[in-house]
Amino acid sequence: MSLSNIFNVAGSAMSAQSQRLNATASNIANADSATSPNGTPYRAKQVVFEAIPVGSVKDSGVKVAAVVEDQAPPKLVYDPKHPMADGNGYVAMPNVNPVEEMVNMISASRSYQTNVETMNTAKAMLVKTLTIGQ
Amino acid sequence: MVSKLDDYFRFNEMALNLRAQRQQVLASNIANADTPNYKARDVNFADALKNALDNKSNTIPPLQLDRTAASHVAGTAPETGPGSIGGTALQYRTPAQGSVDGNTVDLDVERNEFVDNGIRYEAGVTAVNGQIKAMLNAIQPG
Repeated sequence: MSLSNIFNVAGSAMSAQSQRLNATASNIANADSATSPNGTPYRAKQVVFEAIPVGSVKDSGVKVAAVVEDQAPPKLVYDPKHPMADGNGYVAMPNVNPVEEMVNMISASRSYQTNVETMNTAKAMLVKTLTIGQ
Repeated sequence: MVSKLDDYFRFNEMALNLRAQRQQVLASNIANADTPNYKARDVNFADALKNALDNKSNTIPPLQLDRTAASHVAGTAPETGPGSIGGTALQYRTPAQGSVDGNTVDLDVERNEFVDNGIRYEAGVTAVNGQIKAMLNAIQPG
């Protein structure tokens, strides 16, 4: 039934947006992590969305095609007492931009909400359809 | 007798079918509001319903390249075009404000159309219910 396909479309968008929110949470949490398991400062991570056909050509859901690392250089902070400081007293800090992350967070949560509403509308339509002939 | 009943319900059945399919296309647009290079699509509902009622569903040719001279190479849209609803090709929306990532989804427009289409679908269901009640009244004694 074509209406129940809306659940697949909206559901794929919801899981993609929650992955984006997850990446944002990770970036904000690590905004001050001067080191990571591989010894380099943490790099901001961003998700890449891609439209995928769900069922037929005309219905496209969303999937996260890749998680990419921000290639911007790390921020250098002058702090000679820091254990990770180099010979000149500078520490390489993560290239996370808190403003960008907050904007991403709001955008992801609003898009998630919109898809929840899409699903609710589709559900109301399906329930209404079931009352035909009663 | 049965074919008369079929004809009686046919219009609203077609309309509901097309509304449901259009709802799906609009849901795809909303779902892909953040996907780079995604182009929002929609169908002209009046045309789609007219084509479906005239049963012209198989007569719509795929999109062709416009040719201004006979020697130009003919081109046909690939299978992975915008898709179709009831045989009527979907069209791409013209964005009011372009965006840097090539996405043409305007969430305000899409949500407006989505809710509007949903309400019209429910109105269609109410109309079908009315038709069924009228027929039941006609075939039941006293």
